[in-house]
Amino acid sequence: MVEIRGLHFARGEHVVLDGIDLHVPRGAVIAVMGASGGGKTTLLNLVAGSLQGQRGQVLVAGKDTTSLSRAELYRLRQQMGMLFQHSALFTDLSAFENVAFPLRRHFRLPESLLQKLVLMKLEAVGLRGAAQLMPAELSGGMARRVALARAVIMDPLLILYDEPFTGLDPISVGIIASLIRRLNDALGASSIVVSHDVKETFAIADYGYILGGGKVIAEGSPDALRSSESPLAQQFLRGSPEGPVPFHYPAATTFAQDLGLQVNK
Amino acid sequence: MNEFFIPRLGHTVWESVPRLGAATRLLLGGLGAVGNRHFSFRQWLREVYGLGVLSLALMIVAAFFTGMVLGFQGYYALVRFGATSALGTLIALSLLRELGPVLTALLFAGRAGSALTAEIGSMKATEQLAAMEMMAVNPLAWVVAPRLWGGIFAVPILCVIFDLVGIFGGYLVSVPVLGVDGGTFWGQMQSNVTLSGDILNGLLKALCFGLIVTWIAVWQGFSAKPTAEGVGAATTRSVVMASLAVLGLDFILTALLF
Repeated sequence: MVEIRGLHFARGEHVVLDGIDLHVPRGAVIAVMGASGGGKTTLLNLVAGSLQGQRGQVLVAGKDTTSLSRAELYRLRQQMGMLFQHSALFTDLSAFENVAFPLRRHFRLPESLLQKLVLMKLEAVGLRGAAQLMPAELSGGMARRVALARAVIMDPLLILYDEPFTGLDPISVGIIASLIRRLNDALGASSIVVSHDVKETFAIADYGYILGGGKVIAEGSPDALRSSESPLAQQFLRGSPEGPVPFHYPAATTFAQDLGLQVNK
Repeated sequence: MNEFFIPRLGHTVWESVPRLGAATRLLLGGLGAVGNRHFSFRQWLREVYGLGVLSLALMIVAAFFTGMVLGFQGYYALVRFGATSALGTLIALSLLRELGPVLTALLFAGRAGSALTAEIGSMKATEQLAAMEMMAVNPLAWVVAPRLWGGIFAVPILCVIFDLVGIFGGYLVSVPVLGVDGGTFWGQMQSNVTLSGDILNGLLKALCFGLIVTWIAVWQGFSAKPTAEGVGAATTRSVVMASLAVLGLDFILTALLF
């Protein structure tokens, strides 16, 4: 479904992704993990065609997103869904209208049919009863579920999840994780889950990639990743403050010099 | 003169060229998106209501006071020459040619333009625009076009209302309070105000101001940094730039049209 080959992306001098290869087969849930600022969200944006890499290829459903016109990209995106980190619900629309939004914009469906489709998706995420609530009236977990219903309303072939568990309580995390897996299987779609949450992500992923320093430092099934020999992967998976990723941000002077306890040379 | 002034000026101009290009693309894309299948007439009506109808109270109050002040000040100037019969003409021409379009645009920039920038900036900060793009819905058609056309449509209408209420305010001060003859007030106005020279040119000004104020507001929202501070700064820039643009454009249009 998604094939990334030798992808290179830099912002000015800063190299974010340096020759990434990644494969997402149809029907699979793929986890992309790594430390903050490691380029995970950038990778999702490259897959979605919102950003373009300087080198390499991003193939989605056989189409290279870097060479598509805007109209072609929009056609491709009708086969994609994306769950944003902060839900990105339209604040002036109710939960129902948020979910109905893509359908209303792309198809001229009879209102009765549209209502059934939207209610089916809201029922799937357990929020049919909250259909008329406005985003401001929803909890963080509920908003994420409404956004998930909106992401899958067009029955996409590829679903992208940007930090789907961030800021949620443990119950909501469990619900979202279970929904990601169930919806992926029910729709026969493929999913890319970008997350820091090792336990929940490994519970639903078929395969995972850990990014570090702009490269894939480890890949494999969740079990294989747990036994990875990469020190960076182990530091990330164990959440250890000590390891290749330093606790301290590099400074030009020593702490003692900053406190005036040592004369600068 | 500071030896770095010229290089800095050159750098600033050089830096602003791509921004101006992007803003122009946004304007042309927004105006042209009326034919896009994602353009919604209902959304446009909502914007006309939000930008225009909800600005009405402010416009009416401001116009009323402006007209009354014009009545007093005009009388003060004209009575010395025994020309108070021209007070109606003075009030009408001041409003139709200058104060109506300019004050309407300045008030519109403060009330509706700032709201537009804050709204679009917040949509950007909360990833709503990105979500729209991901749903293959063009924000130019769904967000920009209804607001641009809403502003272009609303400002001339607000200007007409401003002119009418202002003239009525001027009448209330001139005739019942200062004792100017009512027949002379309206008669002189009718003889000296022309449709194409005064009324339509004033409306053309209002149309141009509506376009530029809404364009600046929408552009500032779109280019805002996606943070609370960024949206606040963009809102301030929107009002300042739109106000200055209205005054600058007013000079150019006045020189060209009158």
